[in-house]
Amino acid sequence: MLANYFPVLLFIVIGLVLGVALLTAGRVIGPSKPNREKNSPYECGFEAFEDARMKFDVRYYLVAILFIIFDLEIAFLIPWAVTLDTISGAAFAAMGIFLFILVIGFIYEWKKGALEWE
Amino acid sequence: MSGFLDTVIYTATTLLKIVLVMVPLILSVAYLTLAERRVIGSMQTRIGPNRVGPFGLFQPFADVFKLLVKEVIVPTNASRFLFLTAPVLSLAPALAAWAVIPFFDGGAIADVNAGLLYVLAMTSIGVYGVIIAGWASNSKYAFLGAMRSAAQIVAYEIAMGFALIGVLMLAGSLNLSEIVRGQSGGFFHWYLIPLFPLAVVYFISGVAETNRAPFDVAEGESEIVAGFHVDYSGMAFALFFLAEYANMIMIAALTAILFLGGWMSPIDGVGDGIWWFLGKTAFVLFLFLWLRATFPRYRYDQIMRLGWKVFIPVTIVWIAVVGFAIWFEIGPWFQQRA
Repeated sequence: MLANYFPVLLFIVIGLVLGVALLTAGRVIGPSKPNREKNSPYECGFEAFEDARMKFDVRYYLVAILFIIFDLEIAFLIPWAVTLDTISGAAFAAMGIFLFILVIGFIYEWKKGALEWE
Repeated sequence: MSGFLDTVIYTATTLLKIVLVMVPLILSVAYLTLAERRVIGSMQTRIGPNRVGPFGLFQPFADVFKLLVKEVIVPTNASRFLFLTAPVLSLAPALAAWAVIPFFDGGAIADVNAGLLYVLAMTSIGVYGVIIAGWASNSKYAFLGAMRSAAQIVAYEIAMGFALIGVLMLAGSLNLSEIVRGQSGGFFHWYLIPLFPLAVVYFISGVAETNRAPFDVAEGESEIVAGFHVDYSGMAFALFFLAEYANMIMIAALTAILFLGGWMSPIDGVGDGIWWFLGKTAFVLFLFLWLRATFPRYRYDQIMRLGWKVFIPVTIVWIAVVGFAIWFEIGPWFQQRA
Protein backbone atom coordinates (compact mmCIF):
# COMPACT_ATOMS: atom_id res chain seq x y z
CA MET A 1 0.00 0.00 0.00
CA LEU A 2 2.53 2.62 1.12
CA ALA A 3 5.11 1.02 -1.19
CA ASN A 4 3.08 2.47 -4.08
CA TYR A 5 4.15 5.89 -2.92
CA PHE A 6 7.89 5.19 -3.06
CA PRO A 7 8.21 6.38 -6.71
CA VAL A 8 6.33 9.54 -5.71
CA LEU A 9 8.84 10.22 -2.95
CA LEU A 10 11.70 9.56 -5.35
CA PHE A 11 10.15 11.95 -7.87
CA ILE A 12 9.88 14.72 -5.26
CA VAL A 13 13.51 14.21 -4.24
CA ILE A 14 14.66 14.36 -7.87
CA GLY A 15 12.61 17.52 -8.44
CA LEU A 16 14.31 19.19 -5.46
CA VAL A 17 17.76 17.96 -6.52
CA LEU A 18 17.24 19.25 -10.07
CA GLY A 19 16.14 22.65 -8.78
CA VAL A 20 19.14 22.97 -6.44
CA ALA A 21 21.51 21.68 -9.14
CA LEU A 22 20.33 24.19 -11.74
CA LEU A 23 20.52 27.05 -9.26
CA THR A 24 24.02 26.00 -8.17
CA ALA A 25 25.11 25.69 -11.81
CA GLY A 26 23.92 29.24 -12.40
CA ARG A 27 25.80 30.49 -9.35
CA VAL A 28 29.00 28.68 -10.32
CA ILE A 29 29.05 29.38 -14.07
CA GLY A 30 27.66 32.91 -13.99
CA PRO A 31 29.92 35.83 -13.00
CA SER A 32 29.66 37.45 -9.58
CA LYS A 33 30.58 41.12 -9.59
CA PRO A 34 28.27 42.71 -7.04
CA ASN A 35 28.16 46.44 -6.53
CA ARG A 36 25.94 48.67 -4.45
CA GLU A 37 23.73 49.89 -7.29
CA LYS A 38 23.25 46.48 -8.86
CA ASN A 39 22.28 44.86 -5.59
CA SER A 40 19.78 47.50 -4.53
CA PRO A 41 16.11 46.49 -4.85
CA TYR A 42 14.48 47.50 -8.12
CA GLU A 43 12.40 50.64 -7.83
CA CYS A 44 12.35 52.19 -11.31
CA GLY A 45 15.78 53.75 -10.83
CA PHE A 46 14.94 55.51 -7.55
CA GLU A 47 16.66 54.80 -4.26
CA ALA A 48 14.35 52.49 -2.34
CA PHE A 49 12.93 54.87 0.26
CA GLU A 50 11.45 52.56 2.83
CA ASP A 51 11.19 48.92 3.73
CA ALA A 52 9.09 46.99 1.23
CA ARG A 53 7.36 44.94 3.95
CA MET A 54 4.62 47.48 4.36
CA LYS A 55 1.01 47.34 5.44
CA PHE A 56 -1.19 45.68 2.89
CA ASP A 57 -4.87 45.68 2.10
CA VAL A 58 -7.05 43.71 4.53
CA ARG A 59 -8.99 42.27 1.58
CA TYR A 60 -6.15 39.87 0.85
CA TYR A 61 -6.58 38.56 4.38
CA LEU A 62 -10.32 38.23 3.84
CA VAL A 63 -9.74 36.22 0.68
CA ALA A 64 -7.46 33.90 2.63
CA ILE A 65 -10.16 33.32 5.28
CA LEU A 66 -12.84 32.63 2.67
CA PHE A 67 -10.43 30.28 0.94
CA ILE A 68 -10.02 28.20 4.08
CA ILE A 69 -13.80 27.83 4.49
CA PHE A 70 -14.40 26.79 0.90
CA ASP A 71 -11.36 24.57 0.68
CA LEU A 72 -12.53 22.68 3.77
CA GLU A 73 -15.89 22.31 2.11
CA ILE A 74 -14.18 20.73 -0.90
CA ALA A 75 -12.25 18.42 1.42
CA PHE A 76 -15.59 17.26 2.87
CA LEU A 77 -17.11 16.81 -0.58
CA ILE A 78 -14.33 14.62 -1.99
CA PRO A 79 -15.00 11.42 0.00
CA TRP A 80 -18.74 11.91 -0.47
CA ALA A 81 -18.35 12.25 -4.26
CA VAL A 82 -16.13 9.17 -4.53
CA THR A 83 -18.53 6.95 -2.58
CA LEU A 84 -21.73 8.32 -4.08
CA ASP A 85 -22.81 4.81 -5.15
CA THR A 86 -22.57 3.11 -1.83
CA ILE A 87 -23.90 5.74 0.55
CA SER A 88 -27.42 5.75 1.90
CA GLY A 89 -30.16 8.24 1.14
CA ALA A 90 -29.56 9.84 4.53
CA ALA A 91 -25.91 10.51 3.62
CA PHE A 92 -26.97 12.01 0.30
CA ALA A 93 -29.48 14.25 2.07
CA ALA A 94 -26.94 15.20 4.75
CA MET A 95 -24.55 16.53 2.13
CA GLY A 96 -27.44 18.37 0.52
CA ILE A 97 -28.19 20.11 3.83
CA PHE A 98 -24.50 20.86 4.37
CA LEU A 99 -24.21 22.43 0.92
CA PHE A 100 -27.44 24.36 1.49
CA ILE A 101 -26.11 25.90 4.71
CA LEU A 102 -22.87 26.83 2.98
CA VAL A 103 -24.75 28.40 0.09
CA ILE A 104 -26.66 30.53 2.60
CA GLY A 105 -23.33 31.60 4.08
CA PHE A 106 -22.05 32.35 0.60
CA ILE A 107 -25.11 34.51 -0.17
CA TYR A 108 -24.59 36.34 3.14
CA GLU A 109 -20.94 37.07 2.28
CA TRP A 110 -22.00 38.27 -1.14
CA LYS A 111 -24.68 40.62 0.28
CA LYS A 112 -22.27 41.88 2.97
CA GLY A 113 -19.84 42.82 0.21
CA ALA A 114 -17.01 40.51 1.31
CA LEU A 115 -16.55 39.51 -2.30
CA GLU A 116 -16.31 43.07 -3.63
CA TRP A 117 -12.96 44.33 -4.84
CA GLU A 118 -13.59 48.02 -5.53
CA MET B 1 20.61 -10.43 0.47
CA SER B 2 18.32 -10.95 -2.53
CA GLY B 3 15.83 -8.67 -0.81
CA PHE B 4 18.44 -5.92 -0.82
CA LEU B 5 19.25 -6.62 -4.49
CA ASP B 6 15.56 -6.42 -5.38
CA THR B 7 15.31 -3.07 -3.68
CA VAL B 8 18.30 -1.77 -5.64
CA ILE B 9 16.88 -3.03 -8.94
CA TYR B 10 13.46 -1.58 -8.13
CA THR B 11 14.94 1.78 -7.24
CA ALA B 12 17.06 1.78 -10.41
CA THR B 13 14.12 0.98 -12.70
CA THR B 14 12.02 3.64 -10.98
CA LEU B 15 14.81 6.16 -11.43
CA LEU B 16 15.02 5.21 -15.12
CA LYS B 17 11.29 5.74 -15.52
CA ILE B 18 11.52 9.10 -13.79
CA VAL B 19 14.28 10.16 -16.18
CA LEU B 20 12.13 8.95 -19.09
CA VAL B 21 9.38 11.32 -17.95
CA MET B 22 11.57 14.22 -16.78
CA VAL B 23 13.72 14.62 -19.92
CA PRO B 24 10.82 14.80 -22.41
CA LEU B 25 9.01 17.09 -19.96
CA ILE B 26 11.89 19.56 -19.80
CA LEU B 27 12.30 19.39 -23.59
CA SER B 28 8.56 20.06 -23.91
CA VAL B 29 8.94 23.09 -21.67
CA ALA B 30 11.81 24.34 -23.83
CA TYR B 31 9.87 23.88 -27.04
CA LEU B 32 6.65 25.23 -25.57
CA THR B 33 8.43 28.57 -25.10
CA LEU B 34 9.45 28.47 -28.76
CA ALA B 35 6.00 27.32 -29.89
CA GLU B 36 4.45 30.13 -27.89
CA ARG B 37 6.56 32.78 -29.58
CA ARG B 38 6.02 31.29 -33.04
CA VAL B 39 2.27 30.78 -32.63
CA ILE B 40 1.65 34.23 -31.18
CA GLY B 41 3.93 35.63 -33.87
CA SER B 42 1.81 34.03 -36.57
CA MET B 43 -1.40 35.23 -34.95
CA GLN B 44 -0.07 38.78 -34.99
CA THR B 45 1.34 38.37 -38.54
CA ARG B 46 4.92 38.47 -37.30
CA ILE B 47 7.50 35.76 -37.91
CA GLY B 48 8.78 35.06 -34.40
CA PRO B 49 12.27 33.73 -33.62
CA ASN B 50 13.66 31.96 -36.71
CA ARG B 51 17.39 32.71 -36.71
CA VAL B 52 18.98 30.16 -34.37
CA GLY B 53 19.10 26.89 -36.29
CA PRO B 54 16.52 25.73 -38.82
CA PHE B 55 13.13 27.43 -38.15
CA GLY B 56 14.63 28.76 -34.92
CA LEU B 57 14.66 25.25 -33.44
CA PHE B 58 17.77 25.91 -31.32
CA GLN B 59 16.36 29.11 -29.86
CA PRO B 60 15.36 27.51 -26.49
CA PHE B 61 18.89 26.19 -25.98
CA ALA B 62 20.36 29.58 -26.81
CA ASP B 63 18.02 31.10 -24.19
CA VAL B 64 19.02 28.56 -21.55
CA PHE B 65 22.76 29.05 -22.12
CA LYS B 66 22.34 32.80 -22.00
CA LEU B 67 20.57 32.55 -18.63
CA LEU B 68 23.17 30.07 -17.39
CA VAL B 69 26.09 32.48 -17.90
CA LYS B 70 24.30 35.45 -16.33
CA GLU B 71 24.90 36.54 -12.77
CA VAL B 72 22.39 35.40 -10.14
CA ILE B 73 21.91 38.67 -8.27
CA VAL B 74 20.83 38.54 -4.63
CA PRO B 75 19.70 42.05 -3.59
CA THR B 76 21.26 43.47 -0.43
CA ASN B 77 17.99 43.84 1.47
CA ALA B 78 16.67 40.43 0.52
CA SER B 79 16.44 37.47 2.91
CA ARG B 80 19.20 35.49 1.28
CA PHE B 81 18.15 31.96 2.21
CA LEU B 82 14.47 32.41 1.36
CA PHE B 83 15.36 34.29 -1.80
CA LEU B 84 17.27 31.27 -3.11
CA THR B 85 14.80 28.68 -1.74
CA ALA B 86 11.76 30.15 -3.52
CA PRO B 87 12.65 29.16 -7.11
CA VAL B 88 13.47 25.60 -6.04
CA LEU B 89 10.21 25.44 -4.09
CA SER B 90 8.19 26.46 -7.12
CA LEU B 91 9.98 24.12 -9.52
CA ALA B 92 10.09 20.91 -7.46
CA PRO B 93 6.30 20.41 -7.02
CA ALA B 94 5.68 21.39 -10.65
CA LEU B 95 7.88 18.45 -11.67
CA ALA B 96 6.89 16.06 -8.89
CA ALA B 97 3.19 16.22 -9.78
CA TRP B 98 4.00 14.23 -12.94
CA ALA B 99 4.64 11.10 -10.87
CA VAL B 100 0.98 10.02 -11.00
CA ILE B 101 0.00 11.04 -14.55
CA PRO B 102 -1.08 8.00 -16.64
CA PHE B 103 0.40 8.55 -20.11
CA PHE B 104 -1.24 5.39 -21.46
CA ASP B 105 -3.11 2.41 -19.97
CA GLY B 106 -0.92 1.36 -17.04
CA GLY B 107 1.59 4.05 -17.95
CA ALA B 108 1.84 5.96 -14.68
CA ILE B 109 5.07 5.88 -12.67
CA ALA B 110 3.09 5.61 -9.45
CA ASP B 111 -0.47 4.41 -10.00
CA VAL B 112 -1.59 5.50 -6.54
CA ASN B 113 -5.24 5.50 -5.52
CA ALA B 114 -5.21 9.09 -4.26
CA GLY B 115 -3.63 10.40 -7.48
CA LEU B 116 -5.90 13.38 -7.97
CA LEU B 117 -5.45 14.52 -4.36
CA TYR B 118 -1.68 14.27 -4.78
CA VAL B 119 -1.77 16.40 -7.93
CA LEU B 120 -3.97 18.98 -6.18
CA ALA B 121 -1.57 19.08 -3.23
CA MET B 122 1.48 19.49 -5.43
CA THR B 123 0.01 22.24 -7.59
CA SER B 124 -1.08 24.06 -4.41
CA ILE B 125 2.44 24.01 -2.96
CA GLY B 126 3.57 26.07 -5.94
CA VAL B 127 1.93 29.15 -4.41
CA TYR B 128 4.47 29.06 -1.57
CA GLY B 129 7.24 29.65 -4.11
CA VAL B 130 5.43 32.77 -5.28
CA ILE B 131 4.74 34.15 -1.80
CA ILE B 132 8.23 33.43 -0.50
CA ALA B 133 9.81 34.97 -3.60
CA GLY B 134 7.75 38.13 -3.22
CA TRP B 135 8.47 38.42 0.50
CA ALA B 136 12.16 37.55 0.34
CA SER B 137 12.93 40.01 -2.47
CA ASN B 138 12.06 42.92 -0.16
CA SER B 139 11.03 45.02 -3.13
CA LYS B 140 7.65 46.75 -3.37
CA TYR B 141 6.85 45.44 -6.83
CA ALA B 142 7.70 41.88 -5.86
CA PHE B 143 5.61 42.18 -2.70
CA LEU B 144 2.54 43.53 -4.50
CA GLY B 145 2.90 40.91 -7.21
CA ALA B 146 3.08 38.12 -4.67
CA MET B 147 0.00 39.36 -2.78
CA ARG B 148 -2.03 39.62 -5.96
CA SER B 149 -0.83 36.31 -7.24
CA ALA B 150 -1.52 34.45 -4.01
CA ALA B 151 -5.06 35.85 -3.66
CA GLN B 152 -5.80 35.02 -7.28
CA ILE B 153 -4.44 31.48 -7.06
CA VAL B 154 -6.38 30.60 -3.89
CA ALA B 155 -9.59 32.11 -5.32
CA TYR B 156 -9.40 30.02 -8.47
CA GLU B 157 -8.29 26.93 -6.60
CA ILE B 158 -11.77 26.77 -5.05
CA ALA B 159 -13.51 26.88 -8.44
CA MET B 160 -11.05 24.25 -9.63
CA GLY B 161 -11.71 22.02 -6.62
CA PHE B 162 -15.47 22.21 -7.15
CA ALA B 163 -15.02 21.34 -10.84
CA LEU B 164 -13.05 18.26 -9.81
CA ILE B 165 -15.84 17.16 -7.45
CA GLY B 166 -18.07 16.70 -10.51
CA VAL B 167 -15.48 14.41 -12.11
CA LEU B 168 -15.17 12.40 -8.90
CA MET B 169 -18.94 11.96 -8.69
CA LEU B 170 -19.02 10.40 -12.16
CA ALA B 171 -15.79 8.40 -11.87
CA GLY B 172 -16.10 7.24 -8.27
CA SER B 173 -12.34 7.12 -7.87
CA LEU B 174 -9.40 9.41 -7.15
CA ASN B 175 -7.09 7.23 -9.23
CA LEU B 176 -6.32 9.02 -12.49
CA SER B 177 -6.17 5.79 -14.52
CA GLU B 178 -9.61 4.79 -13.17
CA ILE B 179 -10.97 8.21 -14.11
CA VAL B 180 -9.78 7.71 -17.70
CA ARG B 181 -11.22 4.17 -17.81
CA GLY B 182 -14.55 5.59 -16.62
CA GLN B 183 -14.67 7.51 -19.90
CA SER B 184 -14.22 4.48 -22.17
CA GLY B 185 -16.65 3.95 -25.03
CA GLY B 186 -15.79 6.75 -27.43
CA PHE B 187 -16.27 10.49 -27.63
CA PHE B 188 -19.80 10.54 -26.23
CA HIS B 189 -18.63 9.01 -22.96
CA TRP B 190 -15.98 11.62 -22.28
CA TYR B 191 -16.77 13.71 -19.21
CA LEU B 192 -16.52 16.80 -21.38
CA ILE B 193 -20.15 16.34 -22.43
CA PRO B 194 -22.05 15.73 -19.15
CA LEU B 195 -19.69 18.07 -17.25
CA PHE B 196 -19.28 20.74 -19.91
CA PRO B 197 -19.70 23.75 -17.57
CA LEU B 198 -17.23 22.22 -15.11
CA ALA B 199 -14.73 21.52 -17.91
CA VAL B 200 -14.86 25.16 -19.00
CA VAL B 201 -14.50 26.37 -15.40
CA TYR B 202 -11.62 23.95 -14.83
CA PHE B 203 -9.70 25.08 -17.90
CA ILE B 204 -10.15 28.80 -17.24
CA SER B 205 -9.23 28.32 -13.55
CA GLY B 206 -6.15 26.49 -14.76
CA VAL B 207 -5.17 29.48 -16.87
CA ALA B 208 -5.65 31.72 -13.81
CA GLU B 209 -3.76 29.30 -11.52
CA THR B 210 -0.70 29.38 -13.75
CA ASN B 211 -0.81 33.20 -13.92
CA ARG B 212 -1.11 33.14 -17.68
CA ALA B 213 -2.61 35.87 -19.84
CA PRO B 214 -5.33 37.15 -19.62
CA PHE B 215 -4.98 36.56 -15.85
CA ASP B 216 -1.35 37.66 -15.60
CA VAL B 217 -1.85 40.66 -13.29
CA ALA B 218 0.76 39.15 -11.00
CA GLU B 219 3.36 39.88 -13.65
CA GLY B 220 1.61 42.79 -15.37
CA GLU B 221 4.62 44.29 -17.15
CA SER B 222 2.98 47.66 -17.57
CA GLU B 223 2.01 48.16 -13.92
CA ILE B 224 4.21 46.18 -11.54
CA VAL B 225 7.06 45.33 -13.96
CA ALA B 226 7.34 41.58 -13.45
CA GLY B 227 5.63 40.99 -10.12
CA PHE B 228 7.10 38.51 -7.71
CA HIS B 229 10.21 37.67 -9.76
CA VAL B 230 11.29 41.23 -10.59
CA ASP B 231 14.52 40.91 -8.61
CA TYR B 232 15.46 37.47 -9.94
CA SER B 233 18.06 37.02 -12.65
CA GLY B 234 19.97 34.27 -14.40
CA MET B 235 19.19 30.68 -13.46
CA ALA B 236 16.98 31.71 -10.50
CA PHE B 237 14.67 33.41 -13.00
CA ALA B 238 14.94 30.41 -15.34
CA LEU B 239 13.62 28.13 -12.57
CA PHE B 240 10.45 30.23 -12.20
CA PHE B 241 10.03 30.17 -15.94
CA LEU B 242 10.50 26.41 -16.05
CA ALA B 243 7.98 25.95 -13.22
CA GLU B 244 5.36 28.13 -14.92
CA TYR B 245 5.56 26.22 -18.19
CA ALA B 246 5.70 22.82 -16.47
CA ASN B 247 2.52 23.84 -14.61
CA MET B 248 0.89 24.86 -17.87
CA ILE B 249 1.63 21.47 -19.41
CA MET B 250 0.36 19.87 -16.19
CA ILE B 251 -2.99 21.68 -16.40
CA ALA B 252 -3.27 20.74 -20.08
CA ALA B 253 -2.51 17.09 -19.33
CA LEU B 254 -5.04 17.06 -16.48
CA THR B 255 -7.71 18.58 -18.71
CA ALA B 256 -7.00 15.79 -21.22
CA ILE B 257 -7.23 13.13 -18.50
CA LEU B 258 -10.25 14.42 -16.60
CA PHE B 259 -12.47 15.65 -19.41
CA LEU B 260 -11.11 14.48 -22.77
CA GLY B 261 -10.66 10.77 -22.10
CA GLY B 262 -6.86 10.66 -21.60
CA TRP B 263 -5.31 8.00 -23.81
CA MET B 264 -8.67 6.92 -25.31
CA SER B 265 -9.38 7.55 -28.97
CA PRO B 266 -12.65 9.34 -29.81
CA ILE B 267 -13.90 6.25 -31.66
CA ASP B 268 -14.34 3.35 -29.28
CA GLY B 269 -11.37 0.98 -29.25
CA VAL B 270 -9.65 2.36 -32.37
CA GLY B 271 -5.97 2.93 -31.69
CA ASP B 272 -6.00 3.97 -28.05
CA GLY B 273 -2.56 5.00 -26.88
CA ILE B 274 -0.14 7.62 -25.69
CA TRP B 275 -0.51 9.55 -28.96
CA TRP B 276 -4.06 10.50 -28.13
CA PHE B 277 -2.97 11.71 -24.70
CA LEU B 278 -0.14 13.79 -26.16
CA GLY B 279 -2.33 15.14 -28.95
CA LYS B 280 -5.07 16.24 -26.55
CA THR B 281 -2.50 17.84 -24.25
CA ALA B 282 -0.97 19.71 -27.18
CA PHE B 283 -4.42 20.91 -28.23
CA VAL B 284 -5.18 22.30 -24.77
CA LEU B 285 -1.75 23.97 -24.70
CA PHE B 286 -2.59 25.59 -28.01
CA LEU B 287 -5.72 27.01 -26.35
CA PHE B 288 -3.45 28.58 -23.69
CA LEU B 289 -1.42 30.34 -26.39
CA TRP B 290 -4.53 31.29 -28.32
CA LEU B 291 -6.01 32.94 -25.21
CA ARG B 292 -2.82 34.90 -24.65
CA ALA B 293 -2.76 36.18 -28.23
CA THR B 294 -6.45 37.09 -28.22
CA PHE B 295 -7.50 38.65 -24.91
CA PRO B 296 -6.34 41.83 -23.20
CA ARG B 297 -5.37 41.53 -19.53
CA TYR B 298 -8.22 41.52 -17.02
CA ARG B 299 -8.39 44.15 -14.31
CA TYR B 300 -7.78 42.73 -10.83
CA ASP B 301 -11.32 43.34 -9.56
CA GLN B 302 -12.67 41.67 -12.71
CA ILE B 303 -10.56 38.60 -11.99
CA MET B 304 -11.81 38.37 -8.42
CA ARG B 305 -15.40 38.86 -9.52
CA LEU B 306 -15.12 36.13 -12.16
CA GLY B 307 -13.64 33.71 -9.65
CA TRP B 308 -15.96 34.31 -6.69
CA LYS B 309 -19.20 35.46 -8.26
CA VAL B 310 -19.36 33.49 -11.49
CA PHE B 311 -17.32 30.30 -11.26
CA ILE B 312 -18.17 29.25 -7.69
CA PRO B 313 -21.97 29.60 -8.12
CA VAL B 314 -21.82 27.84 -11.51
CA THR B 315 -19.87 24.90 -10.11
CA ILE B 316 -22.06 24.56 -6.99
CA VAL B 317 -25.21 24.50 -9.13
CA TRP B 318 -23.73 21.95 -11.52
CA ILE B 319 -22.58 19.71 -8.65
CA ALA B 320 -26.18 19.72 -7.37
CA VAL B 321 -27.46 18.90 -10.88
CA VAL B 322 -25.01 16.02 -11.32
CA GLY B 323 -25.71 14.77 -7.80
CA PHE B 324 -29.46 14.53 -8.39
CA ALA B 325 -28.98 13.13 -11.90
CA ILE B 326 -26.81 10.31 -10.55
CA TRP B 327 -29.06 9.66 -7.58
CA PHE B 328 -32.21 9.37 -9.69
CA GLU B 329 -30.38 7.89 -12.72
CA ILE B 330 -31.51 10.55 -15.14
CA GLY B 331 -30.00 10.67 -18.62
CA PRO B 332 -27.51 8.43 -20.42
CA TRP B 333 -24.41 9.60 -18.52
CA PHE B 334 -25.71 9.38 -15.01
CA GLN B 335 -26.35 5.68 -14.45
CA GLN B 336 -25.41 4.39 -11.01
CA ARG B 337 -21.98 2.83 -11.31
CA ALA B 338 -23.22 -0.61 -10.10
